[in-house]
Amino acid sequence: MSKVYSRIESIAGNVIVVRADGVRYGDLAQVSTSFGVSLAEVIKLDEDLVSLQVFAGSRGISTGDEVRFLGKSMQVSYSQSLLGRVFNGSGEPRDRGPTLSENLISVGGPSFNPTRRIIPRNMVRTGIPMIDLFNTLVESQKLPIFSVSGEPYNEVLARIALQAEVDLIILGGMGLKHDDYLFFRDSLDEGGALSRSILFVHTASDPVVEGLMVPDISLAVAENFALDGKRVLVLLTDMTNFADAMKEIAITQEQVPSNRGYPGDLYSQLASRYEKAIDIEGLGSITILAVTTMPGDDVTHPVPDNTGYITEGQFYLRNGKIEPFGSLSRLKQQANDRTRKDHRALADGMIKLYAAYKDTLEKQSMGFQMTNWDEKLLRYGELFEDKMMDLSVNIPLEEALDNGWKILADCFEKEETGFRSNLIEEFWPRV
Amino acid sequence: MSAGGEVRGKVIGVNGNMVSVQTDGNIVMNEVGYIVSGDKRLKSEVIRIRGNVVQLQVFELTRGIGVGDEVEFTGEMLAVELGPGLLGQIFDGLQNPLAKFAQKAGFFLERGIYIDALSREQKWHFKPLVGIGDKVTAGDYLGFVPEGLFEHKVMVPFRIHDDLTVSRVVPEGSYSIEETIVETRSSQGKAIPLTMLFEWPVKRAIDVYEEKLKPVEPLVSKVRLMDTFFPVAKGGTYCIPGPFGAGKTVLQQITSRHAEVDVVIIAACGERAGEVVETIKEFPELADPKTGRSLMERTIIVCNTSSMPVASREASVYTAVTLGEYYRQMGLDVLLLADSTSRWAQAMREMSGRLEEIPGEEAFPAYLESNIASFYERAGIVRLKNGDVGSVTIGGTVSPAGGNFEEPVTQATLKVVGAFHGLSRERSDARKYPAIHPTESWSKYRGIMPTEHVEYAHEILVHSGEIESMMKVVGEEGTSLQDYIVFQKGEFLDAVYFQQNSFDPVDAAVAPDRQIWVFGLIIEILASKLDLEDKGNVRRWFYQLRQKFLDYNGAEWNSNEFRRLETEIRAIVQSKKLGIDPKSPAILSRH
Repeated sequence: MSKVYSRIESIAGNVIVVRADGVRYGDLAQVSTSFGVSLAEVIKLDEDLVSLQVFAGSRGISTGDEVRFLGKSMQVSYSQSLLGRVFNGSGEPRDRGPTLSENLISVGGPSFNPTRRIIPRNMVRTGIPMIDLFNTLVESQKLPIFSVSGEPYNEVLARIALQAEVDLIILGGMGLKHDDYLFFRDSLDEGGALSRSILFVHTASDPVVEGLMVPDISLAVAENFALDGKRVLVLLTDMTNFADAMKEIAITQEQVPSNRGYPGDLYSQLASRYEKAIDIEGLGSITILAVTTMPGDDVTHPVPDNTGYITEGQFYLRNGKIEPFGSLSRLKQQANDRTRKDHRALADGMIKLYAAYKDTLEKQSMGFQMTNWDEKLLRYGELFEDKMMDLSVNIPLEEALDNGWKILADCFEKEETGFRSNLIEEFWPRV
Repeated sequence: MSAGGEVRGKVIGVNGNMVSVQTDGNIVMNEVGYIVSGDKRLKSEVIRIRGNVVQLQVFELTRGIGVGDEVEFTGEMLAVELGPGLLGQIFDGLQNPLAKFAQKAGFFLERGIYIDALSREQKWHFKPLVGIGDKVTAGDYLGFVPEGLFEHKVMVPFRIHDDLTVSRVVPEGSYSIEETIVETRSSQGKAIPLTMLFEWPVKRAIDVYEEKLKPVEPLVSKVRLMDTFFPVAKGGTYCIPGPFGAGKTVLQQITSRHAEVDVVIIAACGERAGEVVETIKEFPELADPKTGRSLMERTIIVCNTSSMPVASREASVYTAVTLGEYYRQMGLDVLLLADSTSRWAQAMREMSGRLEEIPGEEAFPAYLESNIASFYERAGIVRLKNGDVGSVTIGGTVSPAGGNFEEPVTQATLKVVGAFHGLSRERSDARKYPAIHPTESWSKYRGIMPTEHVEYAHEILVHSGEIESMMKVVGEEGTSLQDYIVFQKGEFLDAVYFQQNSFDPVDAAVAPDRQIWVFGLIIEILASKLDLEDKGNVRRWFYQLRQKFLDYNGAEWNSNEFRRLETEIRAIVQSKKLGIDPKSPAILSRH
């Protein structure tokens, strides 16, 4: 099967075309150039013309270079020896460790049968009140952090990874700055978690196409660990780079772009990755936390927009804080009814009041007279930002709930808060 | 499926989920073909024919297909199986029963596995309704079998337009769906045996009825904002566009539980698998308030979630609506909830892109509008040949890119639906659920409430909104006391009536009786002239009233608690009531 072809018909962008027989859609090939050997994947067949995307990029490829088809699609080794290791986007070692080739598994397999999923129920505690109290993270959830460059999203990701009670952490980095890669590695190391982590890292200096495989490889490995009963947390950063790599290939392929140059299947492509998040009955689970940077802080940009429709909520990270508006955990209802009975009502009620505070702020900035009620809201808003939103606050959920009632009692009369009477009776702090 | 075609072809190109095939035989547009790749047979549909090259969209991942692979054409269009046993099932977009699929293939949806939608072994107790010598034709009832709550009518296949003469009928008893239950002769004298099972191509509307009627009877959803303000009629259509996180799916889930219809079909089209799982796991446990039976017994789920192949996503909404039309033919009221039609439109866009068609707006194909229109047109209330009436109501969510309703799918949908429940990011950010925008949404149908009441409340709401925006400019101090009271009335209406707590066992679903009663009380409050001297007092008074009303909303209908709270509410209102709005006596007298 490994027939060698030494005539490349055309090279455009990172896509090369060769004439070959017996090739199957999705197969891998090796392209040997004067700079070394790169993997390539078949992305189109047209009679005997085979289009391949070259992971290492097409720079320096000669029309006379050799292409050897491997007769198989992308695979990755799956075993315990992955733990503590660092790989690149093609699954090759980045840490001077040995290449792994035993127990190869396919990447990007079929989707999970929905009838075999279970309803997720377990809260993932993070110690961040804006998450635990207001938008509870749930095991097997898929949740992106929407942010802009310069915000501490990787820090938040690392902090959640270290505090979450999971068996295994898999980091998939796409277009990661080298510093950020080192930051993740060192944080996991200092937190004592490196030995239960696997890193698939594609840095900004690596060829763009190589980043395309990172989510698939990370998730294929995660899926196998989950089937072996492990609770896996997958961190993907930054999915916007992944989408941009897809855009690049699509445009090279002369596909009709749908929205700002992105291909029409952006939604399906993102979904097939995020949907790997799962809780399997009696076995393990996959929770996905991803970073999506919003170009120009624009949530209607196709990448965050499509992501928002796929994921189970989103956290907005802005000015170093997780925003109460827009941030949402769709699965919180599955967990926050079994924490404490005031949890749900308090979360909603406090946000409603915070929204009222924002209105008052607007009024104030326009120079209107502040009523007694406005003064109360202003005081509330300040306390809320201090005791709840500040990312340095690191407390268990129960303490955060108690703090919530304290803030309310500090600022308002009971009936001004809009809670049902029975909750107020039970939880309103007694002086 | 009949052995039909002997036509074969060879793969000459693969591009994503589109495969080009060369063939010499006759090909039917939209017919099904199987690509033989290794040991797998992959189901596909013909979507373009050009000379002897045919393009197929493949309902599976195309990885592993190579040039030269054999293709077998069936000569039949994509069809679904119709017969008893559909209710309570969970299908994928091609009608594969997913529970059986899991038994066969395990955790994953492996390629190339197709399973009969309906059990061939299960026996049904058939009771005939025809006798020897009777003339029957498409859609006529041959008999019935009990299926869950209903008498499932066994019908003459919808494709038989000939007048058949019944020549033999099996006695009442247990039969499987493939056994002949009635033997007939065609007008040419040809023997035609009939079973309980037949097929119908999903992309054609079932049209064996006398006439389509105007939808007038309200479909009760038990969501106050829908029933009172933006009602939907049985046989009507509505759409729920909204940005992500505004609560489209939750609203659909609530409707699927509480709506007063006979059969609910949920088409989870290109959305999250997790949401379907909630329905799958919870419905069997939940009791239908009307019948006391499990909700699953009246539900069919067609789920082609976002990570499942995109071509079968395109098929899934047609599969769902065909199943709906089938139950309509038995004189039942069916509600089809499609979530989300945008994903279906995107599936069309993906295929159009692969076919290299000239793109329309945002790269959607030019036929987007007509496809959306013809899908919603399959809704309707119809008078059947026997005089019974059945209906299919379609409610589709739309997920507009960037939450901007000016995009092609939303606009094409708005042109054809009868009600528009637009969800607002502003309202969902403020946790005001359901986040249906109370002033921008509309409905062309009549609801359960007297029109005057609704108009009066709507007027106050609009006025209150105007005052609110004015207040942002002139401040509270620049607003008159009268206006401030109107503003608070609007806020009150929003807080206690529009917003509904879907997690509260009582508030989650409000029956029409209670809606009418409570809305009457609210109208009285809205119409009251109030003796409140300053704005601080106004606010406090309304907050006190709101507090009581929220407790009232959580109290069981007509319980002692309910009556006690109502008395208290009336007392609070009475304490400050000076009289009533001069415009309103006429309205109130109708209550």
